[in-house]
Amino acid sequence: MSLYYVQKLLYNLNRDEELQQKFFADKDSVLVDYKLNEEEQEALRKPDIGLLYILGVNGQILMHYAAMCGYAWPEYIKSMRDALDEHGNVRAGLYVTTDGKGAV
Amino acid sequence: MSLVFAGVCSHAPGITGRKDMAEGDDAETLYAAMDEMRLAMEATRPDALIVIAAEHFANFFMNNMPAYCVGMGEEYEGPIEDPEWLGIQRTTVPGNVDLSRRLIEHTMQDIDVAYAEEWKFDHGIMVPLHFLTPRYDLPIIPVNINCQGPPITPLHRAYAFGQALRKACDAVPERIAIVGTGGISHWPATPDSGKIDADWDRDFLDRWCSNDRERLLDYTDEQTYFEAGQGGFEIRTFIAISGATEGCTGSVPYYRPIPIFAVGCTVGIMDLDSAPPMEGAA
Repeated sequence: MSLYYVQKLLYNLNRDEELQQKFFADKDSVLVDYKLNEEEQEALRKPDIGLLYILGVNGQILMHYAAMCGYAWPEYIKSMRDALDEHGNVRAGLYVTTDGKGAV
Repeated sequence: MSLVFAGVCSHAPGITGRKDMAEGDDAETLYAAMDEMRLAMEATRPDALIVIAAEHFANFFMNNMPAYCVGMGEEYEGPIEDPEWLGIQRTTVPGNVDLSRRLIEHTMQDIDVAYAEEWKFDHGIMVPLHFLTPRYDLPIIPVNINCQGPPITPLHRAYAFGQALRKACDAVPERIAIVGTGGISHWPATPDSGKIDADWDRDFLDRWCSNDRERLLDYTDEQTYFEAGQGGFEIRTFIAISGATEGCTGSVPYYRPIPIFAVGCTVGIMDLDSAPPMEGAA
């Protein structure tokens, strides 16, 4: 798992509009600079917002990437709920300390 | 001089970004309460506003995470988020380098703080400013307490930080307003977004209003996480205000759980005249 670098990439994207432009023009040109496994790269490329949540990305970082990718708020929430059904609980990070589902 | 105004408020991005999705008079009443807070603060004629926030990975990341950081910039930019998403246009917010430096130097007598000459405000500061200084004409001193990326500072240190900041304010001639901003119970940006434990919130606000240090610090992070969500860690911002106003009592003119805003929306005001006279005072 390289959750740290997934979050680092999204943190950098959130802060840097030039990096956003480069990323969305050619994602692999940015992904190559981060230590990511194949599942993480694919979740970022697709994008699979729900899977990124399951991998442990903090929502305070993830919600901006979702917005960047065109997700409206209800779609963002739904993508995480659907992912819990598909993949099971969150695997790492802050949310793994609960059952990964909270009130849902 | 010293503090002329102290309060707390919510900062959830939905407050401005999802205003149109709110039901009934939720947005209208909250906006009115925030406007009342602005009027109360303006009446005290502050020279600067300290905002104690809990930013969300806009400036600080796990590569170099300060427990406490104080801004020392001439100006700040915000919001870092998409302005359309947040419902707040991008702007420049004035700082005050000289005042920041003096406050930081005094605070450092008691608490080790980081400082930052660059700071991109996220919703954690921009939403309060949108209501409290809508013309962005009051110098802002941003303060951050890491409430997002554990390990996070213990509650008793947040209280002590507030006490140190108060001593710093007492040591400068400017009239200072201070506002802490955070959620109480909430599960922001997760599948549980919209879940709010109003009873938990009201119990915490009761402790905040009475400024009962022992009860304010009587939470473990594990308890807070399970009962009030990861957003509950942001009670540190409220507790810092308690430390800065030790001996005073407060009131909560507005509290209402608003699920689409993902938080129990809160406006709290500390009565700075309610402190008992100091020993030996005439």
